[in-house]
Amino acid sequence: MGGLRKLGSVAIEVVWQLGFIARFFWLILVYSGQSFTRLNLTIRELYFSGVLSLLIILVSGLFVGLVLGLQGYEILQRYGSSDSMGTMVALSLLRELGPVVAGLLFASRAGSAVTAEIGLMKVTEQLKAMDMMAVSPIARVVAPRFWGGVISMPLLAAMFSTMGIFGGWLIGVVFIGIDDGAFWSQMQAAVDFRYDVLNGVIKSCAFGVAVSLIAVFQGYDCVPTAEGVSRAITRTVVSSALAILALDFVMTSFMFRGL
Amino acid sequence: MSRTTLDLWVGIFVAMGIAALLFLALKVGSISGSEIRSPYTLTAHFDNIGGLKARAPVKSSGVLVGRVEQIRYDNERFQAEVVFTVDGRYKFPVDTFANILTSGLLGEQYLGLEPGGEEKTLAPGETIKKTQSAVVLEKLISQFMFDKAAEGEPAPAK
Repeated sequence: MGGLRKLGSVAIEVVWQLGFIARFFWLILVYSGQSFTRLNLTIRELYFSGVLSLLIILVSGLFVGLVLGLQGYEILQRYGSSDSMGTMVALSLLRELGPVVAGLLFASRAGSAVTAEIGLMKVTEQLKAMDMMAVSPIARVVAPRFWGGVISMPLLAAMFSTMGIFGGWLIGVVFIGIDDGAFWSQMQAAVDFRYDVLNGVIKSCAFGVAVSLIAVFQGYDCVPTAEGVSRAITRTVVSSALAILALDFVMTSFMFRGL
Repeated sequence: MSRTTLDLWVGIFVAMGIAALLFLALKVGSISGSEIRSPYTLTAHFDNIGGLKARAPVKSSGVLVGRVEQIRYDNERFQAEVVFTVDGRYKFPVDTFANILTSGLLGEQYLGLEPGGEEKTLAPGETIKKTQSAVVLEKLISQFMFDKAAEGEPAPAK
């Protein structure tokens, strides 16, 4: 009996939370008109979540590409097909690694910062003060941060993939000595714009929405204490990572069925 | 930070992102060259399609001219029906030969078109009559073995 009651309360809690997130998301969409008419608010957030994430995204993209190059060559040369290294590097980056790793990095670099900022605003009662002055905190604080994340995420993922392909090219062509023409032509023959590139961009847009929504929600929803803010930041990173990986599986199973 | 430097950095960021997307679209995905323009569909029946898949390339003289759209089983003819699109710029004679070929030893399978000599060209939606199935390795080997065995037998007494 006690167990059942516990299950029921957990279920109600989960449903309540989901409903709260959905309503919050709806409010962001309703108020997001203001974040585009007052564009300087959104540009500021683009700077903080996009431009400041550039360095980590570019450097990790390069290293992922370098590793893919080395590992790919090691495996492909067993089958005597090291020429198709470009294909392997490009496809794995465009379809999976680019959006997913860039999303994970973005969640821990920019998502956590957004949560901390909004959470601290809540602790110092800035959000309440805004409400008192008839300024909607969702329109002034939350929506610009949300859109800053949504816009910068696909751009960052594309840069990550580009750097990764450059890294693979560096290892394959410059260090190992695969033919430059074979590297690019095999890649171009195998990569389809609509099937591979566009699906990757769609993935990164979805991850951008998920990470930004989780980040602003956790900040807005946090318990207004020092401990509450730290917990909210942890939750942002953990649940963003889980959301990215789960969404990635679902989207991959719809997009790439090999049919 | 002043407004102008902020704008400048965000501008650089967005320009870099768009440049990366363009690089992926043009240099990696080659959107321009291989895109099929104003396609029309043709159909061909095969006894055996081997490992041909939807979206496999259709080539003539090694040049990409189209893509396989759909593969289904025709229960009346007991054959595989392959529907594929061909670039509208290219017209093929009605006696074109359709083969299922393999690029390289372990490469992917593709549909090869060998034009015949007829004046009339295939209209959209028409069916290619002359086809050759994919080579199945087991059949090839068993044929070779039987031929060898037949060679080794003493000539039947007359």
